[in-house]
Amino acid sequence: MATPLDAKIPSGPIEKKWDKHRFDLKLVNPANRRKYDVIVVGTGLAGGSAAAALGEMGYNVLSFCVQDSPRRAHSIAAQGGINAAKNYPNDSDSIWRLFYDTVKGGDYRAREANVYRLAQVSNAIIDHCVAQGVPFGRDYGGLLANRSFGGAQVSRTFYCRGQTGQQLLLGAYSALMRQAGKGRVKILARREMQELVVVGGRARGIVCRNLVTGKLESYAAHAVCLATGGYGNTFFLSTNANSCNASAIWRAYKKGAAFANPCFTQIHPTCIPVSGEHQSKLTLMSESLRNDGRVWVPKKKDARSPDAIPEEERDYYLERRYPSFGNLVPRDVASRAAKAVCDEGRGVGPSGLSVFLDFRDAIARDGEDTIRAKYGNLFDMYHHITDEDPYKLPMRIYPAVHYTMGGLWVDYNLMTTVQGLFCLGEANFSDHGANRLGASALMQGLADGYFVIPATLSGYLAAEKLDKVQADAPEFKQAEAEADARTKRLLSVNGKRTPVDIHRELGRILWDHCGMGRNEERLKKALALIPELREEFHKNVKVSGQGEEFNQALERAGRVADYLECAELIVRDALERKESCGGHFREESKTPDGEAMRNDAEFSHVAAWEYQGEGKTPTRNTEPLTFEHCKPSQRSYK
Amino acid sequence: MSGMRLTLQIWRQKGPDAPGQLVSYGVEDISPEMSFLEMLDVLNEKLIGMGEDPVAFDHDCREGICGMCSLVIDGRPHGKDSGATTCDMRMRRYKDGDTITIEPFRARGFPTIKDLVVDRSAFDRIMQAGGFVSVNTGSAPEANSLPVPYEKAEAAMDSAACVGCGACVAACPNASAMLFVAAKVSQLALLPQGEAERTRRALAMMAQHDKEGFGNCTNEGECEKACPKGIKLDNIARLNREFLRATLLQP
Repeated sequence: MATPLDAKIPSGPIEKKWDKHRFDLKLVNPANRRKYDVIVVGTGLAGGSAAAALGEMGYNVLSFCVQDSPRRAHSIAAQGGINAAKNYPNDSDSIWRLFYDTVKGGDYRAREANVYRLAQVSNAIIDHCVAQGVPFGRDYGGLLANRSFGGAQVSRTFYCRGQTGQQLLLGAYSALMRQAGKGRVKILARREMQELVVVGGRARGIVCRNLVTGKLESYAAHAVCLATGGYGNTFFLSTNANSCNASAIWRAYKKGAAFANPCFTQIHPTCIPVSGEHQSKLTLMSESLRNDGRVWVPKKKDARSPDAIPEEERDYYLERRYPSFGNLVPRDVASRAAKAVCDEGRGVGPSGLSVFLDFRDAIARDGEDTIRAKYGNLFDMYHHITDEDPYKLPMRIYPAVHYTMGGLWVDYNLMTTVQGLFCLGEANFSDHGANRLGASALMQGLADGYFVIPATLSGYLAAEKLDKVQADAPEFKQAEAEADARTKRLLSVNGKRTPVDIHRELGRILWDHCGMGRNEERLKKALALIPELREEFHKNVKVSGQGEEFNQALERAGRVADYLECAELIVRDALERKESCGGHFREESKTPDGEAMRNDAEFSHVAAWEYQGEGKTPTRNTEPLTFEHCKPSQRSYK
Repeated sequence: MSGMRLTLQIWRQKGPDAPGQLVSYGVEDISPEMSFLEMLDVLNEKLIGMGEDPVAFDHDCREGICGMCSLVIDGRPHGKDSGATTCDMRMRRYKDGDTITIEPFRARGFPTIKDLVVDRSAFDRIMQAGGFVSVNTGSAPEANSLPVPYEKAEAAMDSAACVGCGACVAACPNASAMLFVAAKVSQLALLPQGEAERTRRALAMMAQHDKEGFGNCTNEGECEKACPKGIKLDNIARLNREFLRATLLQP
């Protein structure tokens, strides 16, 4: 990547950029589209919608996923909703306001032009999903209902009960299945990408492992799209699904795709607390609960049952510290505040690492039936997992890793620093800056897949002269050999520790040293600990079974090997960003009253890391961010 | 603090054509807060440590929504909790000394891949036959141009909640997948957006259902009991009506 980071932002006024750009992009004649093969890795909202939309246009699409069916990608677990600037509730919402809120919510670390486009296409997403038969919540008049979400001061969130991600994903999946039935998309499930194949400086294919047979398979194409989600599972415990992993983007990074802002990780405030060492994942309780639940801890350490603690001995610390936003402060603020009270020793529950989310007052005000109608499924889920009835006792919640704003660097066309390699959805870094707002992930995934990539990928294919490449070209053979060697190495160690055991230790290092609060001393310590653990892994890991068979232990080992490298980049980026912004809180950079303090003079930029080879320190390149429309201000929710 | 000791009888099968059998394993230190799948994690960690082949099982979100986990536990798909997937279940439902039998979802339409993992791609092919509204990206009308009565939208959502896990098939004595088909046909039959393809959809999805080797519905009701998402038998009644209607309207 000798070339500087050129975001390729179109000229002209911000509200005309996307239209102008779509006009300027070259087109592929409908009759010629069948001559192009496109690989899409991942079938979540971004990948599923991209593969479907590209199939509809007439391209030959190869769609890959690690699960047994494209319908299972982790977008399915999103609960709360999807934002759009429809302004149906007549509360003065607009594209401008959604744009502004998203840039501000991201703490001024996102690219204005991308975010404006996101707000612009948000309305078409709702139209399209409704046309697909997505059963959004409606009012008695039959029109679409909206709710306020994640601290927004307008009601712009569309929802399907507490299962919005599921319904949107099944919509994209149905569109994908329609194209598969027509033969425009080939579904390749139970396959995991092992290598990106670059031919003549351009992404031209992938090598993947068939998870059923264990054999390596090569696929060639004219372009490759990665929509493989975030890297939150690097932390071991997160709200992500078990198969969510960093490997696809990590392998692309090692083939030249810059990795932007890896330290921007979102820690969600309302998750069910850890219950023990066996824990394999954390479960999110929708943020919408904070609309009616009040967050508190006892003023002093108190072992009594919460209902026995009198009002005057409770500290509703969010309402106290942030009177104007109260319980609805953004995710990063709420998470840090929970950590702070637990660090003071006022946390509740067996571990002391949780806070109460109490519905007593809401039930007294609105009645239990109303609360049940709003949150019934979430209350049931909580009850099921914890064996405690939240209608009677407050929920206990604690923050957990949820989403990663960082990801592969992309330009306005969603193309990475590798020509012909595009990156969509959570896997890229583009739209959420240093903190993502609630109900914006679904919007971005579908915006990228349904509306952005069909235009920009076509523009790339039309503008470039791409020779036909076959999957038996030497570059593919070499990539297969590399993947094969890695597998053999993992199988040959025959040490004493399982991949899960080492992964758990890595997670603890990251959470303790690069979690909700970060400082130079701890980050430097992590930079020493992670390479040690990586060495331990390669000397002492134990992976049972063979390479060429169904082998879930081997799958896990391959992912953990990549987490052990990715973790170091997360920490390195956190160390270099000596400011607090969004989800990244540097303890050295705070206001006198302890709130996060940005440093726009030195850090108003994207940090895009460039791989330099095994054992070498990667290079930190920067893309300056300029704000013409949203003037950076220190966020205040007081 | 020592937890429960349990005996597990687990179906082990090396591959699609290999013979399978129940194999007995012991696990200890199982705490009541653990999920059922975390209990299997404990077993697998132990097996890997001993250099043995861990038990293959499908799982992903571990919060009851992706539909990837399966398992027939003591004869019941997704175990003894009603309205819950296997991954939702916590070990507090068991007591020290219990024996638990764990088998895969068995059906002609779901060939076994390994141990507890089966191939459910037949569901994708049924969806490909007609489980969609034919609308290309970009061609949708304004979202509020077509009001949908509240009750219809809610009923459509009830059907749309299907996670495609296949428990209905595993529970059915005929290995019928009609509850799965019915949930999608119902969702789209209830909504005006599905109207244009209503006839074609019911016929095409059922034709693929039969082709995949799933049996017919004889109103046993086992599917409804096993469904982790509360999909009701009424959906099959609606599917039958839709199918009959389509047969009559067919040119």
